[in-house]
Order: sequence, then C-alpha cells, then structure tokens
Amino acid sequence: MNILKLRKAEELIFRIIMFLATTVIILALCMIIYSILHKGLPSVSWSMISQLPKGGFYFGKEGGILNAILGSVYLASGATLLAFVLGLPVSLYINIHLHKRKKLVNGIRFMLDVMWGIPSIVYGAFGFSVMLFFGMRSSLLAGMLTVTLFILPIMIRAIDEIVKTVPSGLLEATLSLGSTKSETAYRVYFRQCISGITTALLLSFGRAIGDAASVLFTTGYTDNLPTSLAKPTATLPLAIFFQLSSPIEEVKARAYASAVILTVIILIISIISRITSRKYQKNKIK
Amino acid sequence: MALQVFHRTRILRSRIHSSWMTFALVFSLLLPVILGIGLYLKSASLLQEYSIWEILFSSKWKPLSGQFGMLPFIISSLWVTMIALLVAGPVCLLSAIHLTQYAKPIVLRIMHPVIDILAGIPSVIYGVWGVLVIVPFTADVIGPIFHKSITGYSILSGGIVLAVMIIPFILNILIEVFRTIPEELTEVTLSLGATRWMVVKHVLIKKAFPGIVSAFSLGLSRAFGETIAVLMVVGNVTHIPTGALQPGYPLPALIANNYGEMLSVPMYDSALMLAAFVLLVIVIMFNIVSRWMIHRLEKNI
Repeated sequence: MNILKLRKAEELIFRIIMFLATTVIILALCMIIYSILHKGLPSVSWSMISQLPKGGFYFGKEGGILNAILGSVYLASGATLLAFVLGLPVSLYINIHLHKRKKLVNGIRFMLDVMWGIPSIVYGAFGFSVMLFFGMRSSLLAGMLTVTLFILPIMIRAIDEIVKTVPSGLLEATLSLGSTKSETAYRVYFRQCISGITTALLLSFGRAIGDAASVLFTTGYTDNLPTSLAKPTATLPLAIFFQLSSPIEEVKARAYASAVILTVIILIISIISRITSRKYQKNKIK
Repeated sequence: MALQVFHRTRILRSRIHSSWMTFALVFSLLLPVILGIGLYLKSASLLQEYSIWEILFSSKWKPLSGQFGMLPFIISSLWVTMIALLVAGPVCLLSAIHLTQYAKPIVLRIMHPVIDILAGIPSVIYGVWGVLVIVPFTADVIGPIFHKSITGYSILSGGIVLAVMIIPFILNILIEVFRTIPEELTEVTLSLGATRWMVVKHVLIKKAFPGIVSAFSLGLSRAFGETIAVLMVVGNVTHIPTGALQPGYPLPALIANNYGEMLSVPMYDSALMLAAFVLLVIVIMFNIVSRWMIHRLEKNI
C-alpha cells in the first residue's frame, strides 16, 4: 500500500513542476510584452511615427523614425513578394508535379528544413560579400535580396504544409478532366489553399521586418526616406539597435518607443494571420 | 482552328510554368551550396596564409597585427549556447509532457498562440528586453549571491535571453515528437496498473529519447547562430571566459560588430567571412544529424 502512496506523491510533485514549467513560458511572454510596453509607451508620440529625424536627433532633439518604419515596410514587402514569386511555384511543384515521387519530395523537404536553420547573420555576410563582388553599395535592393534568400525556405515550407493537406483526389479529378498540371496548380490548388498562403505570407513578412542581422551589412542606414532601390535605407530593428547604444537618455527612450512600434506590428501580423486562417477555412473542400 | 490555337497556348503556358517551377526549385535547393562557396571563396585568402587549425585554436585576436585566433569567440559561443540549453531544455521537456499527457485541450489552445508569438518576436526586441530586465537582474540579484559586483552584461544574461528565444522552437518540436508516440503504447501500460507518471517515465521518455535529443540539438544550433539579441547583452569583451558571470564575445556578435571597420584592415574581412563560414558549416551539420534522427523516429514508430 505504501509504495502506491509513494508513486502517487511522486506523480503529484512532477505534475506541479510540469505545470509550473508551462506557466513560466506563458509568464515569460507576458513579461517581455509588459516590460517593452511599460518602458516604451510613455515615449511613443505621433511625431515619432510621422516625422523624419531632424537636426540633432541623435542628441535627443526633435524628430521621428518615419524613415525606419517606411524603410522596413518597403524592405519586408519587397522581400516577401520576391520570396513568394520563387516560393509558391516550388511548393506547388513538389506537391503536384512530383506527387508520385515521395522519396524525392521528402528529401527536398529535409533540405528546406535544414536551410531554415541557417542563421540570418550568415545570409547577411554572404549578401555583403556578393555586394562587394559586384561593386554595389549598401542599398534597399541589396537588403531586399538578402532578406529574400533568408525567408525563402520559411515561405516554401509554410505554403508546402498547407498544400500537402489538399486531398489527392482533387489532383486526379482535374487531370482527368483534361487540365494541365500547371492549371491544376494555379487554378485549383492555389484557390484551395488561399487562407494558408495568406498565413505563410504574413509569417514571412513578420520574419522579414523583424530581422536585423541580415540587413545590418546590406541596407546601410540613412535619415532620408527611401526613394530608390539603389539608395541605402533605415530599418526599424537597426533603429532600435543604434539608438539603444546611445548614452543619451532621450535617445534611449526613443529606442524603447521604437521597440513598442515593432512589437505592435508583429502582434498585429500574428492576430491577422490567426483570423484569416479561421475565416477561409469554411470554403475549403475537404 | 481556334480551338487548336487555344490548346497550343495552354500547353505552352504549362511548359513555361513548369520550367519556372523547376528553376525555382533548383535555385532554392542550391542556395546553401552557393552560400557555402561564396563564403569560402571570400575567406580563402586568409586560409592561404594560416591553416584552419591555427585560426580555430589560437586565442590571439589582433587584426591590426595580422593575428586572427578565434578561440575566445568559439569558447564564448559554447558557453552561451550551453547555458541557454540548460535553462530551456528542462522547461521545454516538462512543459511538453504536461501539454501532451496531462493538460486539458483548452490549455493547448492557449499555448499555441503563446508559442507562435514567442517565436515571432524579433531578436532585437529580445535584446531590448534583455537590457531592460535580465541585465539588471544578473547585476543586482545573481551577482551579490556570488559576492561579485558586475555590470550584468555577461554570458549568463546572454544565455538566459537565448533560452527564452529557443523555448518556442524546442517546445514545438517536442510536442510533435510526443505526438508520434502511439496512444496504444501508453494505454497498454496504463491498463497494467501503472500511473500516468510511470508511463511517462518508463515508456514515453525512452521511446521519444532520440527525438528529445534532436529537439535539443536543433535548439542548440538555433542559439548558436543568434546574433543581435546576444550581442546586446553579452558584453563583447575579447578574452577566453572562465565563468558565466564574465562578459563574452560569441562568434555571430563578432561578425556583426566589426563589419564597419573590416574593409580598412587587410585580411580582416576574410577572417569575418571565415567566421560566417564556420557558423554555416556547424549549423548545417547539427541540423542534418538531428533532423535525420527525428525523421528516423517518425518512420520507425
């Protein structure tokens, strides 16, 4: 009888520890968001979002970080678009054209998963050396291309996970009606997966806008608005990074405020992607 | 006639699509190879002067006098990643068991967005959080325990920030791994009179062991390459650290910190590209081995 009690006690103790572990994870998230908002919100103002840095900005004078916000949005949109143009065909191809070659497809997925693990600083260093090779200066375009490479595996695997769930009966049915494989891919599969693809786009966009290490080398930094692909551009993560390393309190406060802006953008993206993935779910053929 | 033209354009369009698809696929798969070759070529001029072992195991880092020993950075990287794994590993394992074996479905439904958001927060935000919370915490709470006055910018702070960053990553894989263990296995053991915890201890952990190891090593490789967040809290002092409360200077931070000045010093850029190359090779190796182990586990059960 005693050993049974002992076992029960052991189970109880471990259940409490496990419960605590889960709670710690939730608390960590709450603490991160709380500490960023708590420190940054007082310094967020409309002029911060709507103005360019003015003279003496980096000594705590007036101005905002519109250059970094717009720069980041341009950069992330461009990179997401390019990665989509390259990534969507790949995910459709491995699920439709290579439908029967399971081993090959598994190998490709394996490779893509491995590529997902490559750190962004490596992409950044690579982008930088290619840039030097072609004699390019740091620019919006160079940053965009580097970030495209960085989010490409994420994009492909995210779309692939959705396309994978389409029943293969749909492929057989459309092919038997005489459609070509690419018509099946873009007209049938694409529409079936539209919600998942939106989520994949948002996921990649979030990655692109938040990454600092890959743009550190390639986009440079400027106080002007991005007007051309060939010019350097400010980005939000770097704006936070540079301002935080300043010894002046006002500039630091602005770094915290910029962190709030970036966090809010990321949170909005994640909420939208949750909503879209639910909303379109009901139109799907299962 | 019109119909024929129609069909011909359809077939043509299909061919164009197919060739673009093939190109995109080949390009994506060649990407790591291109990365590797590009970085290797850039670091080749350094490798002509020194042997790779000389660079990896020498502790003298003086770019101005042409000495590029990377040992301090490699050791710092190992310290930071090990601490991150020591903190994140147990938490993830316990939480994954809780979520898959004990918790009600609603808890999992709460945890999914939590994991997603944690994974989506940019590393620079983790860095700001580290500066705001973790650095003062190590300086004011951990430091006095060991009777040391420290700034808080230390390997320990870097490790803790990294731990939180890799938690969603490891937890996700662990939940997947535990899901692949068939229900029958646990049900049989339960029917023999074992408690849930005995099932976990004697069946689940044993069966999922390769998966757990791979999840940890994937987390390790992710931590190894993290740059900005670590850079912001770790202190960046070039020396071989001997304790967790000392500042460190991990490999990715080295690359990120010196890109501005590297062009003016001979061989400096080669050295940094070599650092990136080393990072790439280590991460890819870790990933291949652990992904392969997970793949095997899924196939065998």
